Amino acid sequence: MIEFNNVAYGYGGQDLLTEISLSLAPGSFHFLTGPSGAGKTTFLKLCYCELQATAGRVQLLGKDTRNIARDDVAGLRRNIGVVHQDCKFLDHLSVSENVALPLLVAGKSRDETNLNELLAWVGLSERADALPAELSGGERQRAALARAVIMSPEVIIADEPTGNVDWEMSLRLLQLLVELNKMGKTVIIATHDMHLIRQAKSQVQARVLRIANRRIQQAGVDL
Amino acid sequence: MSFLLPFLKIDKTVQDRIVPPSGFTAQLTILTSAAMAFLAVFALTLSLATGRLADRWAGELAQSSTVRISAPIAQVEAQTKAALAVLETTPGVREARALDADEQRALLEPWFGPSLPLDSLPLPVLIDVKETAEGYDSESLRLRLAGEAPGAVLDDHTRWRKPLITAANRLRLLGVVSLILIGGVTAAMITLAANAALAANGQVIRVLRLVGAKDAYIASAFVRQFTFRGFSGALFGAFLGTVAIALLPDAQTTGGFLTGLGFRGYEWFWPFVIPPFAACVAYGATQFAAKQTLKRLM
Repeated sequence: MIEFNNVAYGYGGQDLLTEISLSLAPGSFHFLTGPSGAGKTTFLKLCYCELQATAGRVQLLGKDTRNIARDDVAGLRRNIGVVHQDCKFLDHLSVSENVALPLLVAGKSRDETNLNELLAWVGLSERADALPAELSGGERQRAALARAVIMSPEVIIADEPTGNVDWEMSLRLLQLLVELNKMGKTVIIATHDMHLIRQAKSQVQARVLRIANRRIQQAGVDL
Repeated sequence: MSFLLPFLKIDKTVQDRIVPPSGFTAQLTILTSAAMAFLAVFALTLSLATGRLADRWAGELAQSSTVRISAPIAQVEAQTKAALAVLETTPGVREARALDADEQRALLEPWFGPSLPLDSLPLPVLIDVKETAEGYDSESLRLRLAGEAPGAVLDDHTRWRKPLITAANRLRLLGVVSLILIGGVTAAMITLAANAALAANGQVIRVLRLVGAKDAYIASAFVRQFTFRGFSGALFGAFLGTVAIALLPDAQTTGGFLTGLGFRGYEWFWPFVIPPFAACVAYGATQFAAKQTLKRLM
Protein backbone atom coordinates (compact mmCIF):
# COMPACT_ATOMS: atom_id res chain seq x y z
CA MET A 1 0.00 0.00 0.00
CA ILE A 2 2.60 2.56 1.16
CA GLU A 3 6.28 1.64 1.17
CA PHE A 4 9.28 3.70 2.21
CA ASN A 5 12.66 2.30 1.25
CA ASN A 6 15.58 4.13 2.92
CA VAL A 7 13.87 7.44 2.30
CA ALA A 8 15.34 10.81 3.18
CA TYR A 9 13.93 14.27 2.73
CA GLY A 10 16.04 17.39 2.97
CA TYR A 11 15.50 21.07 2.47
CA GLY A 12 18.10 23.82 2.23
CA GLY A 13 20.94 21.32 2.56
CA GLN A 14 19.58 19.89 5.79
CA ASP A 15 17.96 16.48 6.21
CA LEU A 16 14.55 16.68 7.92
CA LEU A 17 13.95 12.93 7.66
CA THR A 18 16.45 10.18 7.00
CA GLU A 19 16.72 6.40 6.77
CA ILE A 20 12.97 5.85 6.76
CA SER A 21 12.09 2.32 5.78
CA LEU A 22 8.66 0.92 6.48
CA SER A 23 5.64 -0.65 4.89
CA LEU A 24 2.01 0.20 5.69
CA ALA A 25 -0.27 -2.70 4.85
CA PRO A 26 -3.77 -2.33 3.37
CA GLY A 27 -6.43 -1.95 6.04
CA SER A 28 -3.92 -1.09 8.78
CA PHE A 29 -4.32 1.71 11.33
CA HIS A 30 -1.35 3.90 12.29
CA PHE A 31 -0.67 6.70 14.67
CA LEU A 32 2.26 8.92 13.83
CA THR A 33 3.55 10.73 16.85
CA GLY A 34 6.52 12.73 17.98
CA PRO A 35 7.38 16.19 19.29
CA SER A 36 6.44 19.32 17.40
CA GLY A 37 8.81 19.91 14.48
CA ALA A 38 9.92 16.27 14.42
CA GLY A 39 8.76 15.85 10.83
CA LYS A 40 5.29 14.31 11.18
CA THR A 41 3.74 16.60 8.57
CA THR A 42 6.74 16.14 6.27
CA PHE A 43 6.32 12.36 6.52
CA LEU A 44 2.61 12.64 5.72
CA LYS A 45 3.32 14.95 2.78
CA LEU A 46 5.61 12.25 1.39
CA CYS A 47 2.66 9.85 1.77
CA TYR A 48 0.40 11.91 -0.51
CA CYS A 49 3.07 13.24 -2.87
CA GLU A 50 2.98 16.83 -1.68
CA LEU A 51 6.74 16.44 -1.29
CA GLN A 52 9.20 14.29 -3.18
CA ALA A 53 11.83 12.27 -1.31
CA THR A 54 15.34 13.57 -1.88
CA ALA A 55 16.75 10.05 -1.48
CA GLY A 56 15.37 6.53 -1.40
CA ARG A 57 12.12 5.32 -2.89
CA VAL A 58 8.50 5.96 -1.89
CA GLN A 59 5.85 3.71 -3.41
CA LEU A 60 2.24 4.78 -3.07
CA LEU A 61 -0.49 2.34 -4.09
CA GLY A 62 2.08 0.46 -6.15
CA LYS A 63 3.38 3.60 -7.90
CA ASP A 64 6.99 4.75 -7.61
CA THR A 65 6.79 8.46 -6.85
CA ARG A 66 10.26 9.31 -8.16
CA ASN A 67 9.85 11.55 -11.22
CA ILE A 68 6.09 11.05 -11.09
CA ALA A 69 4.11 13.22 -13.54
CA ARG A 70 1.84 15.93 -12.15
CA ASP A 71 -1.26 14.28 -13.61
CA ASP A 72 -0.30 10.96 -11.98
CA VAL A 73 -0.07 12.79 -8.64
CA ALA A 74 -3.65 13.97 -9.21
CA GLY A 75 -4.65 10.36 -9.88
CA LEU A 76 -2.99 9.22 -6.64
CA ARG A 77 -4.68 11.97 -4.61
CA ARG A 78 -8.07 10.65 -5.69
CA ASN A 79 -7.19 7.44 -3.86
CA ILE A 80 -5.68 9.12 -0.81
CA GLY A 81 -8.02 11.23 1.32
CA VAL A 82 -6.29 13.91 3.38
CA VAL A 83 -7.59 15.78 6.44
CA HIS A 84 -5.51 18.79 7.49
CA GLN A 85 -5.52 20.50 10.83
CA ASP A 86 -6.56 23.73 9.05
CA CYS A 87 -8.96 21.80 6.77
CA LYS A 88 -8.11 23.76 3.58
CA PHE A 89 -11.56 24.60 2.24
CA LEU A 90 -12.61 26.88 -0.59
CA ASP A 91 -14.15 29.52 1.63
CA HIS A 92 -16.59 30.85 -0.99
CA LEU A 93 -18.24 27.44 -1.50
CA SER A 94 -20.77 25.84 0.84
CA VAL A 95 -20.00 22.80 3.00
CA SER A 96 -21.76 20.41 0.61
CA GLU A 97 -19.95 21.94 -2.39
CA ASN A 98 -16.61 21.61 -0.60
CA VAL A 99 -17.34 18.03 0.37
CA ALA A 100 -18.30 17.18 -3.22
CA LEU A 101 -15.24 18.95 -4.67
CA PRO A 102 -13.19 15.75 -5.28
CA LEU A 103 -16.09 14.34 -7.35
CA LEU A 104 -16.28 17.54 -9.36
CA VAL A 105 -12.57 17.68 -10.23
CA ALA A 106 -12.61 13.98 -11.10
CA GLY A 107 -15.49 14.62 -13.52
CA LYS A 108 -17.87 12.35 -11.58
CA SER A 109 -21.50 13.18 -11.12
CA ARG A 110 -22.64 14.29 -7.69
CA ASP A 111 -25.09 11.80 -6.21
CA GLU A 112 -27.22 13.86 -3.83
CA THR A 113 -28.36 10.79 -1.87
CA ASN A 114 -24.80 9.63 -1.23
CA LEU A 115 -23.74 13.16 -0.37
CA ASN A 116 -26.59 13.55 2.12
CA GLU A 117 -25.78 10.17 3.67
CA LEU A 118 -22.14 11.19 4.00
CA LEU A 119 -23.05 14.51 5.59
CA ALA A 120 -25.40 12.65 7.96
CA TRP A 121 -22.59 10.20 8.83
CA VAL A 122 -20.36 13.08 9.97
CA GLY A 123 -23.34 14.86 11.58
CA LEU A 124 -23.46 17.85 9.24
CA SER A 125 -26.82 17.39 7.49
CA GLU A 126 -28.10 20.65 8.94
CA ARG A 127 -24.96 22.55 7.94
CA ALA A 128 -24.80 21.53 4.28
CA ASP A 129 -25.48 25.03 2.95
CA ALA A 130 -23.30 26.86 5.48
CA LEU A 131 -20.01 28.43 4.47
CA PRO A 132 -16.83 26.99 6.06
CA ALA A 133 -16.30 30.20 8.03
CA GLU A 134 -19.64 29.61 9.76
CA LEU A 135 -18.60 26.19 11.13
CA SER A 136 -17.09 25.39 14.49
CA GLY A 137 -13.68 23.72 14.69
CA GLY A 138 -15.18 20.26 15.13
CA GLU A 139 -17.64 20.77 12.31
CA ARG A 140 -14.83 21.87 10.01
CA GLN A 141 -12.81 18.75 10.83
CA ARG A 142 -15.81 16.51 10.17
CA ALA A 143 -16.51 18.30 6.88
CA ALA A 144 -12.85 17.81 5.92
CA LEU A 145 -13.16 14.12 6.78
CA ALA A 146 -16.31 13.82 4.64
CA ARG A 147 -14.44 15.43 1.73
CA ALA A 148 -11.50 13.08 2.27
CA VAL A 149 -13.66 9.96 2.01
CA ILE A 150 -16.18 10.96 -0.67
CA MET A 151 -14.09 9.32 -3.42
CA SER A 152 -13.91 6.17 -1.30
CA PRO A 153 -10.09 6.30 -1.21
CA GLU A 154 -7.95 3.39 -0.09
CA VAL A 155 -5.91 5.51 2.32
CA ILE A 156 -7.04 8.20 4.79
CA ILE A 157 -4.36 10.54 6.13
CA ALA A 158 -5.22 12.91 8.95
CA ASP A 159 -2.71 15.52 10.10
CA GLU A 160 -3.49 16.56 13.69
CA PRO A 161 -7.26 16.27 13.09
CA THR A 162 -8.02 16.81 16.77
CA GLY A 163 -5.64 19.71 17.27
CA ASN A 164 -8.35 22.37 17.38
CA VAL A 165 -11.27 20.49 18.92
CA ASP A 166 -12.37 19.53 22.42
CA TRP A 167 -12.02 16.02 23.86
CA GLU A 168 -15.57 15.01 23.07
CA MET A 169 -15.17 15.99 19.42
CA SER A 170 -11.76 14.24 19.33
CA LEU A 171 -13.46 11.02 20.33
CA ARG A 172 -16.17 11.54 17.72
CA LEU A 173 -13.55 12.03 15.00
CA LEU A 174 -11.58 9.01 16.22
CA GLN A 175 -14.74 6.94 16.08
CA LEU A 176 -15.34 8.00 12.45
CA LEU A 177 -11.77 7.10 11.49
CA VAL A 178 -12.07 3.72 13.24
CA GLU A 179 -15.29 3.07 11.31
CA LEU A 180 -13.44 3.80 8.07
CA ASN A 181 -10.65 1.43 9.08
CA LYS A 182 -13.21 -1.29 9.77
CA MET A 183 -14.46 -0.74 6.22
CA GLY A 184 -10.96 -1.72 5.02
CA LYS A 185 -9.37 1.69 4.64
CA THR A 186 -5.76 2.28 5.64
CA VAL A 187 -5.68 5.10 8.20
CA ILE A 188 -2.70 7.21 9.26
CA ILE A 189 -3.20 9.83 11.96
CA ALA A 190 -0.50 12.27 13.01
CA THR A 191 -1.04 13.38 16.59
CA HIS A 192 0.85 14.18 19.74
CA ASP A 193 -2.25 13.45 21.83
CA MET A 194 -1.32 10.30 23.78
CA HIS A 195 -4.77 10.19 25.42
CA LEU A 196 -6.31 9.80 22.02
CA ILE A 197 -3.91 6.99 21.14
CA ARG A 198 -4.74 5.18 24.39
CA GLN A 199 -8.44 5.67 23.76
CA ALA A 200 -8.06 4.06 20.32
CA LYS A 201 -6.56 0.96 21.96
CA SER A 202 -9.96 -0.33 22.98
CA GLN A 203 -11.40 0.10 19.49
CA VAL A 204 -8.79 -0.89 16.94
CA GLN A 205 -5.51 -2.73 16.39
CA ALA A 206 -3.15 0.17 15.76
CA ARG A 207 0.58 0.68 15.30
CA VAL A 208 2.39 3.71 16.63
CA LEU A 209 5.16 5.26 14.57
CA ARG A 210 7.29 7.68 16.54
CA ILE A 211 9.44 10.23 14.75
CA ALA A 212 12.40 11.61 16.64
CA ASN A 213 15.89 12.67 15.59
CA ARG A 214 14.78 12.61 11.93
CA ARG A 215 14.06 8.86 12.06
CA ILE A 216 11.09 6.62 12.79
CA GLN A 217 12.21 5.05 16.03
CA GLN A 218 9.47 2.82 17.28
CA ALA A 219 7.98 1.41 14.13
CA GLY A 220 6.05 -1.75 14.78
CA VAL A 221 5.09 -1.15 18.42
CA ASP A 222 1.49 -2.26 18.90
CA LEU A 223 -0.78 -0.65 21.42
CA MET B 1 -15.85 28.49 -32.61
CA SER B 2 -17.77 25.63 -31.00
CA PHE B 3 -14.95 25.15 -28.48
CA LEU B 4 -15.91 28.53 -27.04
CA LEU B 5 -19.45 27.51 -26.13
CA PRO B 6 -18.64 25.86 -22.77
CA PHE B 7 -16.94 29.11 -21.73
CA LEU B 8 -19.90 31.25 -22.53
CA LYS B 9 -22.44 29.59 -20.26
CA ILE B 10 -24.26 32.18 -18.22
CA ASP B 11 -25.58 29.88 -15.46
CA LYS B 12 -23.13 29.62 -12.62
CA THR B 13 -22.56 26.02 -11.65
CA VAL B 14 -20.11 25.05 -8.90
CA GLN B 15 -17.56 24.44 -11.63
CA ASP B 16 -17.91 28.06 -12.74
CA ARG B 17 -17.52 29.28 -9.16
CA ILE B 18 -14.45 27.25 -8.17
CA VAL B 19 -12.30 30.32 -8.73
CA PRO B 20 -13.76 33.10 -6.60
CA PRO B 21 -14.56 36.30 -8.49
CA SER B 22 -11.88 38.89 -7.79
CA GLY B 23 -13.13 42.40 -8.46
CA PHE B 24 -9.87 43.98 -9.57
CA THR B 25 -8.80 41.49 -12.21
CA ALA B 26 -12.36 40.98 -13.43
CA GLN B 27 -12.93 44.70 -13.95
CA LEU B 28 -9.47 45.18 -15.49
CA THR B 29 -10.07 42.43 -18.02
CA ILE B 30 -13.52 43.64 -19.00
CA LEU B 31 -12.37 47.26 -19.24
CA THR B 32 -9.27 46.40 -21.29
CA SER B 33 -11.23 44.19 -23.61
CA ALA B 34 -13.95 46.82 -24.09
CA ALA B 35 -11.45 49.63 -24.75
CA MET B 36 -9.43 47.53 -27.19
CA ALA B 37 -12.55 46.41 -29.05
CA PHE B 38 -13.66 50.05 -29.32
CA LEU B 39 -10.29 50.99 -30.81
CA ALA B 40 -10.32 47.91 -33.03
CA VAL B 41 -13.58 49.06 -34.61
CA PHE B 42 -11.92 52.35 -35.59
CA ALA B 43 -8.78 50.62 -36.86
CA LEU B 44 -11.00 48.32 -38.87
CA THR B 45 -12.92 51.27 -40.30
CA LEU B 46 -9.70 53.06 -41.21
CA SER B 47 -8.33 49.98 -42.90
CA LEU B 48 -11.51 49.32 -44.88
CA ALA B 49 -12.03 52.97 -45.85
CA THR B 50 -8.46 53.43 -47.08
CA GLY B 51 -8.74 50.16 -48.96
CA ARG B 52 -11.84 51.46 -50.70
CA LEU B 53 -10.13 54.77 -51.40
CA ALA B 54 -7.06 53.12 -52.92
CA ASP B 55 -9.24 50.91 -55.10
CA ARG B 56 -11.34 53.86 -56.22
CA TRP B 57 -8.37 56.03 -57.07
CA ALA B 58 -6.71 53.20 -58.89
CA GLY B 59 -9.87 52.35 -60.79
CA GLU B 60 -11.11 55.82 -61.60
CA LEU B 61 -7.82 57.34 -62.63
CA ALA B 62 -6.05 54.42 -64.19
CA GLN B 63 -7.62 54.88 -67.63
CA SER B 64 -8.11 58.58 -67.79
CA SER B 65 -5.86 61.56 -68.46
CA THR B 66 -6.14 65.26 -69.08
CA VAL B 67 -4.77 67.57 -71.75
CA ARG B 68 -4.45 71.17 -70.62
CA ILE B 69 -4.36 73.94 -73.25
CA SER B 70 -2.50 76.96 -71.91
CA ALA B 71 -2.14 79.35 -74.83
CA PRO B 72 -2.75 83.05 -75.63
CA ILE B 73 -6.52 83.69 -75.71
CA ALA B 74 -6.53 84.15 -79.47
CA GLN B 75 -4.99 80.72 -80.03
CA VAL B 76 -6.92 78.72 -77.46
CA GLU B 77 -9.74 77.61 -79.72
CA ALA B 78 -7.44 76.65 -82.62
CA GLN B 79 -5.07 74.72 -80.37
CA THR B 80 -7.98 72.97 -78.70
CA LYS B 81 -9.28 71.80 -82.07
CA ALA B 82 -5.79 70.70 -83.12
CA ALA B 83 -5.27 68.79 -79.89
CA LEU B 84 -8.69 67.08 -80.23
CA ALA B 85 -7.79 66.11 -83.79
CA VAL B 86 -4.53 64.60 -82.64
CA LEU B 87 -6.29 62.70 -79.86
CA GLU B 88 -8.99 61.33 -82.18
CA THR B 89 -6.34 59.77 -84.37
CA THR B 90 -4.22 58.40 -81.54
CA PRO B 91 -4.40 54.63 -81.07
CA GLY B 92 -5.45 53.77 -77.53
CA VAL B 93 -7.64 56.86 -77.01
CA ARG B 94 -11.29 55.87 -76.70
CA GLU B 95 -12.79 59.34 -76.20
CA ALA B 96 -11.55 62.91 -75.93
CA ARG B 97 -13.67 65.97 -75.25
CA ALA B 98 -13.14 69.48 -73.93
CA LEU B 99 -14.84 70.31 -70.64
CA ASP B 100 -17.45 73.04 -70.88
CA ALA B 101 -17.74 75.99 -68.52
CA ASP B 102 -20.21 74.26 -66.17
CA GLU B 103 -17.97 71.24 -65.76
CA GLN B 104 -14.98 73.45 -65.04
CA ARG B 105 -17.03 75.38 -62.50
CA ALA B 106 -18.04 72.12 -60.81
CA LEU B 107 -14.38 71.15 -60.59
CA LEU B 108 -13.36 74.43 -59.01
CA GLU B 109 -16.38 74.92 -56.75
CA PRO B 110 -15.07 72.90 -53.78
CA TRP B 111 -12.03 75.22 -53.67
CA PHE B 112 -13.41 78.65 -54.62
CA GLY B 113 -17.11 78.48 -53.81
CA PRO B 114 -20.22 78.47 -56.07
CA SER B 115 -20.15 82.06 -57.41
CA LEU B 116 -16.96 81.73 -59.41
CA PRO B 117 -16.70 84.26 -62.35
CA LEU B 118 -15.14 81.83 -64.81
CA ASP B 119 -15.34 84.29 -67.71
CA SER B 120 -13.03 86.79 -66.02
CA LEU B 121 -10.40 84.18 -65.11
CA PRO B 122 -7.65 83.11 -67.51
CA LEU B 123 -8.37 79.43 -67.05
CA PRO B 124 -6.85 76.86 -69.39
CA VAL B 125 -9.12 74.59 -71.42
CA LEU B 126 -9.17 71.03 -70.14
CA ILE B 127 -9.64 68.01 -72.40
CA ASP B 128 -10.78 64.83 -70.69
CA VAL B 129 -9.20 61.80 -72.32
CA LYS B 130 -10.53 58.25 -71.84
CA GLU B 131 -8.23 55.42 -72.79
CA THR B 132 -8.98 52.00 -74.18
CA ALA B 133 -8.01 48.97 -72.13
CA GLU B 134 -4.69 48.80 -73.99
CA GLY B 135 -3.90 52.50 -73.35
CA TYR B 136 -1.82 54.83 -75.51
CA ASP B 137 1.85 55.60 -75.86
CA SER B 138 2.13 58.77 -73.77
CA GLU B 139 5.60 59.76 -75.06
CA SER B 140 4.62 59.73 -78.73
CA LEU B 141 1.36 61.54 -77.91
CA ARG B 142 3.31 64.25 -76.11
CA LEU B 143 5.56 64.71 -79.16
CA ARG B 144 2.59 64.91 -81.55
CA LEU B 145 0.80 67.41 -79.30
CA ALA B 146 3.93 69.54 -79.07
CA GLY B 147 4.01 69.68 -82.86
CA GLU B 148 0.28 70.37 -83.52
CA ALA B 149 -0.70 72.32 -80.40
CA PRO B 150 2.31 73.80 -78.59
CA GLY B 151 0.21 74.99 -75.66
CA ALA B 152 -1.12 71.46 -74.92
CA VAL B 153 0.26 69.67 -71.89
CA LEU B 154 -0.58 66.00 -71.37
CA ASP B 155 -1.15 64.93 -67.77
CA ASP B 156 -1.68 61.16 -67.55
CA HIS B 157 -2.14 61.39 -63.70
CA THR B 158 0.75 59.00 -63.10
CA ARG B 159 2.73 61.66 -61.30
CA TRP B 160 0.22 62.09 -58.47
CA ARG B 161 -1.91 58.94 -58.77
CA LYS B 162 0.89 56.61 -57.67
CA PRO B 163 1.79 58.47 -54.46
CA LEU B 164 -1.90 58.74 -53.58
CA ILE B 165 -2.47 55.02 -54.02
CA THR B 166 0.75 54.31 -52.13
CA ALA B 167 -0.43 56.60 -49.30
CA ALA B 168 -3.84 54.92 -49.21
CA ASN B 169 -2.28 51.46 -49.17
CA ARG B 170 0.05 52.51 -46.36
CA LEU B 171 -2.90 53.83 -44.38
CA ARG B 172 -4.60 50.48 -44.90
CA LEU B 173 -1.44 48.73 -43.71
CA LEU B 174 -1.37 51.07 -40.71
CA GLY B 175 -4.92 49.99 -39.88
CA VAL B 176 -3.93 46.33 -40.07
CA VAL B 177 -0.83 46.96 -37.92
CA SER B 178 -3.05 48.81 -35.42
CA LEU B 179 -5.35 45.79 -35.26
CA ILE B 180 -2.39 43.49 -34.64
CA LEU B 181 -1.07 45.84 -31.94
CA ILE B 182 -4.50 46.02 -30.32
CA GLY B 183 -4.65 42.21 -30.27
CA GLY B 184 -1.15 42.07 -28.79
CA VAL B 185 -1.88 44.64 -26.09
CA THR B 186 -5.13 42.84 -25.24
CA ALA B 187 -3.24 39.57 -24.90
CA ALA B 188 -0.56 41.21 -22.73
CA MET B 189 -3.09 42.89 -20.44
CA ILE B 190 -5.15 39.73 -20.04
CA THR B 191 -1.99 37.73 -19.34
CA LEU B 192 -1.09 40.22 -16.58
CA ALA B 193 -4.61 40.10 -15.14
CA ALA B 194 -4.66 36.28 -15.32
CA ASN B 195 -1.27 36.12 -13.61
CA ALA B 196 -2.56 38.39 -10.85
CA ALA B 197 -5.67 36.22 -10.46
CA LEU B 198 -3.60 33.02 -10.36
CA ALA B 199 -1.23 34.51 -7.79
CA ALA B 200 -4.13 35.73 -5.66
CA ASN B 201 -5.74 32.30 -5.78
CA GLY B 202 -2.74 30.22 -4.73
CA GLN B 203 -4.77 28.72 -1.89
CA VAL B 204 -7.54 27.69 -4.29
CA ILE B 205 -4.97 25.99 -6.54
CA ARG B 206 -3.45 24.15 -3.55
CA VAL B 207 -6.86 22.92 -2.38
CA LEU B 208 -7.84 21.78 -5.88
CA ARG B 209 -4.58 19.87 -6.23
CA LEU B 210 -5.08 18.35 -2.79
CA VAL B 211 -8.42 16.88 -3.83
CA GLY B 212 -7.01 15.44 -7.06
CA ALA B 213 -7.52 18.14 -9.67
CA LYS B 214 -5.30 17.93 -12.73
CA ASP B 215 -3.57 21.09 -13.92
CA ALA B 216 -5.68 21.14 -17.09
CA TYR B 217 -8.81 21.26 -14.92
CA ILE B 218 -7.43 24.08 -12.74
CA ALA B 219 -6.32 26.05 -15.81
CA SER B 220 -9.73 25.63 -17.43
CA ALA B 221 -11.42 27.18 -14.39
CA PHE B 222 -9.39 30.37 -14.88
CA VAL B 223 -9.53 30.22 -18.69
CA ARG B 224 -13.34 29.98 -18.59
CA GLN B 225 -13.59 33.11 -16.45
CA PHE B 226 -11.17 35.18 -18.51
CA THR B 227 -12.55 34.06 -21.86
CA PHE B 228 -16.03 35.11 -20.79
CA ARG B 229 -14.75 38.44 -19.48
CA GLY B 230 -12.76 39.06 -22.67
CA PHE B 231 -15.80 38.27 -24.79
CA SER B 232 -18.29 40.32 -22.79
CA GLY B 233 -15.96 43.35 -22.59
CA ALA B 234 -15.25 43.19 -26.33
CA LEU B 235 -18.95 42.85 -27.10
CA PHE B 236 -19.66 46.06 -25.19
CA GLY B 237 -16.67 47.91 -26.72
CA ALA B 238 -17.46 46.77 -30.26
CA PHE B 239 -21.09 47.80 -29.84
CA LEU B 240 -20.08 51.29 -28.68
CA GLY B 241 -17.50 51.59 -31.46
CA THR B 242 -20.03 50.53 -34.10
CA VAL B 243 -22.59 53.04 -32.81
CA ALA B 244 -19.92 55.77 -32.91
CA ILE B 245 -19.06 54.84 -36.51
CA ALA B 246 -22.73 54.79 -37.48
CA LEU B 247 -23.07 58.34 -36.12
CA LEU B 248 -20.25 59.68 -38.33
CA PRO B 249 -21.37 61.92 -41.25
CA ASP B 250 -22.22 60.17 -44.53
CA ALA B 251 -19.66 60.14 -47.33
CA GLN B 252 -19.84 63.32 -49.42
CA THR B 253 -17.94 64.19 -52.55
CA THR B 254 -17.13 67.57 -51.10
CA GLY B 255 -16.20 66.14 -47.73
CA GLY B 256 -13.08 64.33 -48.87
CA PHE B 257 -11.67 61.25 -47.21
CA LEU B 258 -12.83 61.83 -43.63
CA THR B 259 -16.54 61.63 -44.42
CA GLY B 260 -15.90 58.32 -46.17
CA LEU B 261 -14.93 56.64 -42.88
CA GLY B 262 -17.37 53.92 -41.96
CA PHE B 263 -18.65 50.58 -43.10
CA ARG B 264 -20.45 49.81 -46.35
CA GLY B 265 -22.84 46.92 -46.92
CA TYR B 266 -21.48 43.59 -45.67
CA GLU B 267 -18.64 45.43 -43.90
CA TRP B 268 -21.07 46.10 -41.03
CA PHE B 269 -20.58 42.45 -40.03
CA TRP B 270 -16.86 42.95 -39.37
CA PRO B 271 -17.32 44.48 -35.86
CA PHE B 272 -19.15 41.29 -34.86
CA VAL B 273 -15.92 39.37 -35.50
CA ILE B 274 -14.15 41.35 -32.79
CA PRO B 275 -15.79 39.78 -29.65
CA PRO B 276 -15.11 36.15 -30.67
CA PHE B 277 -11.61 37.19 -31.66
CA ALA B 278 -11.12 38.87 -28.25
CA ALA B 279 -12.42 35.69 -26.59
CA CYS B 280 -9.82 33.67 -28.53
CA VAL B 281 -7.07 36.08 -27.45
CA ALA B 282 -8.23 35.86 -23.82
CA TYR B 283 -8.40 32.08 -24.08
CA GLY B 284 -4.84 31.84 -25.42
CA ALA B 285 -3.41 34.43 -23.01
CA THR B 286 -4.96 32.79 -19.94
CA GLN B 287 -3.93 29.31 -21.06
CA PHE B 288 -0.38 30.59 -21.38
CA ALA B 289 -0.44 32.36 -17.98
CA ALA B 290 -2.04 29.38 -16.23
CA LYS B 291 0.43 26.91 -17.73
CA GLN B 292 3.39 29.03 -16.61
CA THR B 293 2.02 29.64 -13.11
CA LEU B 294 0.98 26.03 -12.47
CA LYS B 295 4.39 24.83 -13.66
CA ARG B 296 6.05 27.27 -11.25
CA LEU B 297 3.85 26.05 -8.38
CA MET B 298 4.95 22.41 -8.83
